[in-house]
Amino acid sequence: MFSEWKFTIRDIAEKPDLFMSGHRACAGCGPAVVMRLVLKAVRGPTIVTSVTGCMEVVSTIYPYTAWNVPWIHTAFENAGANASGIEAALKVLKRKGRIKQEHVDVIAFAGDGGTYDIGIQALSGAVERGHDFLYVLYDNEAYMNTGIQRSGGTPHGAATTTSPAGTVIPGKPQYKKPIADIMVAHNMPYVATASPYYWKDLITKARRGIEVNGPAFLHVIAPCPRGWRYDTSKSMEISRLAVETCVFPLWEAVNGEYQLSAPSKVIALRPERKKPVREYLKVQGRFRHLFTPKFEKVIDEIQRITDERWQRLLKKCGMA
Amino acid sequence: MESVVKQKVLALNGDEAVAYAVKQSDVDVVAAYPITPQTIIVERFSEYVANGEVDTEFICVESEHSALSACLTASAVGARAFTATASAGLALMHEILYVTSGCRAPVVMAVVNRALSAPINIHCDHSDSMVERDCGWIQIYAENSQEAYDSIIQAFRIAENQKIMLPVMVGLDGFTLSHTLENVHVLPDETVKNFVGTRQFPLVTTHEGKTVPLRLDVENPMTIGPLDLPDYYFEHKRQQEEAMRNAPEIIKQIHEEYARISGRRYGDGLLDPYRLEDAEIAVICLGSTAGTVKTVVDDLRNEGVKAGLLRIRTFRPLPVEGITKALEKVKAIAVMDRSMSFGGHGGAVFHEVRHALYDAATHPHVVNYIYGLGGRDTSPSQIREIFNDLQKILETGRVKAPVQFVGLRE
Amino acid sequence: MTNHEKGWKEIPIAGVCWKPTTAYKTGDWKTYKPVRDSEKCTRCLMCVIFCPEGAIHWKAEENDIEFDYDFCKGCGICANECPVKAIEMKLE
Repeated sequence: MFSEWKFTIRDIAEKPDLFMSGHRACAGCGPAVVMRLVLKAVRGPTIVTSVTGCMEVVSTIYPYTAWNVPWIHTAFENAGANASGIEAALKVLKRKGRIKQEHVDVIAFAGDGGTYDIGIQALSGAVERGHDFLYVLYDNEAYMNTGIQRSGGTPHGAATTTSPAGTVIPGKPQYKKPIADIMVAHNMPYVATASPYYWKDLITKARRGIEVNGPAFLHVIAPCPRGWRYDTSKSMEISRLAVETCVFPLWEAVNGEYQLSAPSKVIALRPERKKPVREYLKVQGRFRHLFTPKFEKVIDEIQRITDERWQRLLKKCGMA
Repeated sequence: MESVVKQKVLALNGDEAVAYAVKQSDVDVVAAYPITPQTIIVERFSEYVANGEVDTEFICVESEHSALSACLTASAVGARAFTATASAGLALMHEILYVTSGCRAPVVMAVVNRALSAPINIHCDHSDSMVERDCGWIQIYAENSQEAYDSIIQAFRIAENQKIMLPVMVGLDGFTLSHTLENVHVLPDETVKNFVGTRQFPLVTTHEGKTVPLRLDVENPMTIGPLDLPDYYFEHKRQQEEAMRNAPEIIKQIHEEYARISGRRYGDGLLDPYRLEDAEIAVICLGSTAGTVKTVVDDLRNEGVKAGLLRIRTFRPLPVEGITKALEKVKAIAVMDRSMSFGGHGGAVFHEVRHALYDAATHPHVVNYIYGLGGRDTSPSQIREIFNDLQKILETGRVKAPVQFVGLRE
Repeated sequence: MTNHEKGWKEIPIAGVCWKPTTAYKTGDWKTYKPVRDSEKCTRCLMCVIFCPEGAIHWKAEENDIEFDYDFCKGCGICANECPVKAIEMKLE
C-alpha cells in the first residue's frame, strides 16, 4: 500500500524548505516545526490550503509569503471544503487535458480550532465523500492565534483564557475530544498521530498520508511556548514527554486497523518506561495551578484518564 | 454579422432552465447543497452527471458554506465553478461570498430567491440576495425562466472577463419561476460552448518575481488569501470596486453579443425599460413581478395613461447613469421592493433609486411599495392601485405616504 | 516598513503575495544567539531538523552546518536538543 520511502536525516536536511524562513511565528513555535517537517514529506507537485490560525497568519502577512507551493486560504472552518474543491478541480481539469501534471497532491493544514470545533463539519463531509487529500491537524490545544482560548482539543485541567485557573474552577473542566478516533470511525483509509520530536515517524506518516488513495488524517501534537507557558527552547522536549507519558501516544490506523508506532510500542512492551504525567505537566505553566494542595487531585484525574485511554489504545492495537 | 441561431423550444421550469444552461456551459465543478426551491437545479444536474451528459465533478457538499468554499478553491485552481442556493443557504454562505469576491474567483451562482427566516418561509421574496448587495458579487435578476437560462450563460463570460474577475449571482424568483413551466428557447450545445469559451486568466506577479496567470499552478506557486494589515486592505478593496466600475460596459457588450446570436434582448442588459420613453408615471421593480406590471401598463396605455415600467436587470453594479437617463421625463415613480430593510424607511431598491436620482436635473416624486414578502402574491389590480396612487401624486403634487405595503392585512 | 507603499493599481489582484518571507529578516528578534562548538558537534543534524525557522542549514559540499542568523530568533531549541551539548545560547 505504501511506497516505504527510505530516507536519512541528511536527505531531509538537504531538501529545500517549502515553508520558508522569515515567517513570523513566535520563537520556539512547535507548529512551525510541524509545517516544515510535513512539507519535507512532499513527493511531487502539491497544492496546500490552510485555514485561519497561527500558521496561516504568521506565514502570509501581505505582501510576504512563506509558502513555496501553490497555497490558498479562505476562511476558518472550511479546510475540508477547500481541499474538496481543489481535489475535484484537479481531477476534472486533468481529465479535460487542461493541466499537464500526472498527479497533484493536496494537503490541508488546520489547527485544533479549525478542526475539533468550527471545522469538524467540513472535515467530516470531505472524508465521507472520500476526497484524496491529506489533512494535517497541528494541535496546540487552544485557539492560540486569538489569545489562547480553550478548544475541544484543550486537555482537562489546562488553563486557557476562557477556561482560566480560577480559585473555584481549576482550568478546563472538560476532556480532550478524541479527534483521531473520531476520524478512524469514519472508515477512512489512513489516520495517524505524530509528534515533531519523532521527526522520522512524522515525516513517514505524512508521506503515507499523501500516498494513500483517499482521505488521510494526521494529528500532530504541536506545543506552543506562549500558550502552554514554558521556555521557548523546550518545544521539542515537551513533544517528547507527551509521548513518553502516554498523554499523546503515537499510532496509525490503516483501514481501521490500529497499530502502535515505535516510540509508543517501546512503552507498551516495557511499561516501566511509561513516565508519570506529572513530568509532562510540571514543565508547563498552563498546569501550574494543579501543583497546589487544593487542586492536586486533578493531576490524579489526568493520570487516570491518560491510563484509561492508553489501555483502550493497547486493546485496539492487540497489545493489552 | 452573425444571424440568429436556430433554437429548440423545451418545456422547462426555471430551475431546469438553469441546470440546462449549466450543462451546456462546460462547467468543471459544481458543489451544491439542496434547499427549496433550488433543489430541482441540483437534482437535474445530478442526472446529467449520472448519465454522462456532462464532464463535471459534482460535489454533494455537507453545507452551503462548504459549497461555496469548494467552488472558490476549485475556481482558484482554474476550474469553471457553479453553485446554486436560496434563502438560508445563501445566508450560510455569507462569509464566503465576501471571500470569493476578495479572491477574485469568477464563480457563478443561481439564487432562487426565497424569504429569509424567521419564521421560516419557503416562498419568494428578494430578502436573501438583497441583503448581499454589498458583498462584491455582480447581481442579475431574471424576469422569466428564459432570461434565467440566458443570464447563466452570459454570467460565465461576465465573471471570467479579465477586467472584471468577480463572481456573479443570477436571481430567479422562487416557485414563481423556479417551479413553473415555460417554453424556453435553448441554444445548440456548440453555440453555448463557443460563447462561454475556455477560462482565460489575468496575470499577477508572484513572490517568485514571475508574472503568471492567476491560478494555483504547481509550476508557478502563488499565495491567495493572505492576511492584510491596515496598510493594504483598503487597496485590495479598491481593486474590487474598480472591477465593478469596469463591469457595466462589459455586461452590455456580452449581452449584445448574446442578443445577436439568440435574438433575445433585455433592454441594454443593465436596465430593461417597458413603454418608458414618454411615460409620466412609472413603476420600478426586479424579477418576475415585472411581467405582471407590463400587463397593467398595457391596460393603462390603452386607457390613455402614460404609464411605464423600468425593470432593473443588473442590480450590482447599480446602473446609476442608466437609471437617471431612463427616468428623465418621469414625474412620479413607485419603486417596488420585494424585501424589507427594517428600520430603514423603505427597501433597498427604493434607497438606491432615490440615490441615483438625487443629483439628476429633475426631481421626480419617488415612493416605495414593499410587496410580495414570503411569497405573497401581487395581483394586477393591486399594481393598478399603485399606478392610481402615482396619478394622484401627479395631480395633487403631494405624497401621502412615502412607504406603503401592498396587500398587507392590517 | 520604510519602503514606498504601493498603490492599488500597482499591487496584484486577489491579494497574491509578491514577496517571499525570506526578504523579511527575523534575526533581529533574538536576545540570545546559538553558538556552536564545531569540535564537539557530531553533525547529527538534529538542530537542522528541529529549527522552527529553518535557519540552520546543512551544507553538503562543506560537510558542515551553518547558522543563518538573519532568521534565527534565538529560541534555544537547537541548544536544548543537541545530544552532545555543542550549542550554547549566548547573549547577543
